[in-house]
Amino acid sequence: MNNLIQINSVTKDFTGHRALDNVSMSVPKQSIFGLLGPNGAGKTTLIRIINQIIGPDQGEVLFDGERIRPYHVEKIGYLPEERGLYKKMKVGEQALYLAQLKGLEYHTAKKLLKEWFEKFDLTPWWNKKVEALSKGMQQKVQFIITILHKPQLLIFDEPFSGFDPINVNILKDEIIKLKDHGATIIFSTHDMGSVEELCDEIALINKAKKVLEGNVYKIKKEYAKQVFKIELAETSSPVNSIGNQNFEILKESKKNGLTQAVIKINNEVSTNELLNEITKIGNIVSFNEVIPSMNEIFIKKVSEK
Amino acid sequence: MTILGPILFAALITLPVIITKWSDSDYSVAIVDDTKLFYDRFDDGNNVIFTHLHTDIDDALELLRREKFDAVLHIPEVAFESPSTLRLFTKKAVNINAKIHIENVLKHEFESLKLGARGLDKDVLRAVETNINIQAVRIMRDGMEQTDYPEVSMALGIISGLLIYMFIFLFGSQVLRGVLEEKTSRIVEVIISSVKPFQLMMGKIAGIAFVGLTQFLIWVFLTLLLVLTIQTAMPDMFQFTPDEQVHVTSAQMLNTEKLQEQMDTVQHHNTAAGQVLESLSAINWYVMIFSFIFFFLGGYFLYAALFAAIGSAVDNEADTQQFMLPVTIPLIFAIIFGQMVMLNPSGPVAFWLSIFPLTSPVIMMIRIPFGVPYFDLYLSAFMLIAGFLATTWLAAKIYRTGILMYGKKTGYKDLWKWIKHR
Repeated sequence: MNNLIQINSVTKDFTGHRALDNVSMSVPKQSIFGLLGPNGAGKTTLIRIINQIIGPDQGEVLFDGERIRPYHVEKIGYLPEERGLYKKMKVGEQALYLAQLKGLEYHTAKKLLKEWFEKFDLTPWWNKKVEALSKGMQQKVQFIITILHKPQLLIFDEPFSGFDPINVNILKDEIIKLKDHGATIIFSTHDMGSVEELCDEIALINKAKKVLEGNVYKIKKEYAKQVFKIELAETSSPVNSIGNQNFEILKESKKNGLTQAVIKINNEVSTNELLNEITKIGNIVSFNEVIPSMNEIFIKKVSEK
Repeated sequence: MTILGPILFAALITLPVIITKWSDSDYSVAIVDDTKLFYDRFDDGNNVIFTHLHTDIDDALELLRREKFDAVLHIPEVAFESPSTLRLFTKKAVNINAKIHIENVLKHEFESLKLGARGLDKDVLRAVETNINIQAVRIMRDGMEQTDYPEVSMALGIISGLLIYMFIFLFGSQVLRGVLEEKTSRIVEVIISSVKPFQLMMGKIAGIAFVGLTQFLIWVFLTLLLVLTIQTAMPDMFQFTPDEQVHVTSAQMLNTEKLQEQMDTVQHHNTAAGQVLESLSAINWYVMIFSFIFFFLGGYFLYAALFAAIGSAVDNEADTQQFMLPVTIPLIFAIIFGQMVMLNPSGPVAFWLSIFPLTSPVIMMIRIPFGVPYFDLYLSAFMLIAGFLATTWLAAKIYRTGILMYGKKTGYKDLWKWIKHR
């Protein structure tokens, strides 16, 4: 079994509207899986179904090949988008309580917590009340609680909101480390930059339906439209001059003595033919395929009908 | 609150006694008796000290103006024929207690003078005086007769009914605040990814029940301790001298008469205390205590589930009001009708209200000291358990949806939708 989570035709209705419509997807083991989609698309509903907070009306969720059951909650770490802590409780006490809810034994939990608190510079706050912590520190505590019991599956819903850039980087490093240690991560976000940086696989949900799923690199390749960016030195004539039905010049400009051009080639023409033409008018400094960003793909997919 | 509660309760019990003692300074009354009939007939008592003046009223009023006395009692010549001419002059506002005492003494003296004028003596009057107090005797199922003391049952009933009412409100709103806190602090989603919403809700309700009971026991214990400590520290404050218990003592009475009257009073007190004791022992304490615990827990669980549902449905404390009203009205209703139930503890109102689960915890506790047929008790208990299951089922449905709803103001329509939702 290569997929840790397998979602089969899940449908969920709330009174008045359908939150998920026949959604299927598979999350490969030891991958970072991006769950993308605009607000209200149904991401949080899907995440809640995986967490067994709510049940699907139709369809099923498999955890490592087995239909998901209550005891699986100990193998899942969940950081919800709407997250908080008991404000009047002491930080350490509360972290211990929540860790034990996830099945950790008291002394193990305490030992692990002490290590993580040290790592995130939270040790002096162990005996302080949560309300004394800044929002960023509270988020760190929540992150620690989520990953402490070393779950096989981690679900982060908008994990970076509320963090400053430095802490975002610390968090990203930790997420990658978790993956390297064997965890599978489902990660929901609007921040396409972090998707490109972290995700191996993605699924895009729009209006309750899954509209796209797959490997990030492959998807990007698929959405590449045979567009190339070229930099030339010592041009003899404008790039425009090679334009014809096979080579469409999208953009031409001069910068720092270099000519830059963006050219789309016809599907039947190979890149070598373009290079042949180009070499006639100047020295090639660089030649790159223009690959669309996840952001562009996201906007394109979501705004499609 | 754990520490402050008992202190406040102890203050509530002891302060009135202490304050009354402090405010009881002696009240000096000068008597100007134009009839010359009452010389030496006024005995001091109830903190009132009498002084006979052999002056006319104007001189006495002059003394009053100079605050030699607190009041001047003027008995004019015609007072014996028309008592309405009696006057009590004061400089400050009159002390009601002193006024009542003076009136009692005057009434007593006037009556004996009038009796004397008709050739009767006071003993005749005492012989005629009759006290009526019917003993209600109930014939029990086993054919035994048992004296009923409805006053004692009433007091017990209203105390236990009020306690239950108070606890349901106190701990119920604690449940509401707890649920609301988990929702507004957004910790709830983290927790229900580990436990089921129903478990979380029942855990909250049960937890607060134990916290509440512990707090209650601490309160009772500390309050008793504090009151006892204060009483031991200031024993004279809480000592009732026989003087105060004997209301009217007449100078005219012979020493033996006085003694007789005092003895009567003491005896009367003894029998009253005996009656209370007897009626307390007549109450079935096993039923009483067991029912109190049962109806307390049952009522609490029933209402706490509803309070939890309210807490889960709203976003902030201000929005709870619209849902609180229908939940609190049956309780308030129970307390209001409790008085009717006390007057007729086996009537139809008492029966139906003690069967209906939303009012039964309060009403049943009011009825039990009067004695309740076992059928009523079992039916009420059964209905309470059924009611508890119903409210919990209802609350669980509202709770599991409401707890994850943010930002939208919830109305009754939404609640209905959540309940219907599978």
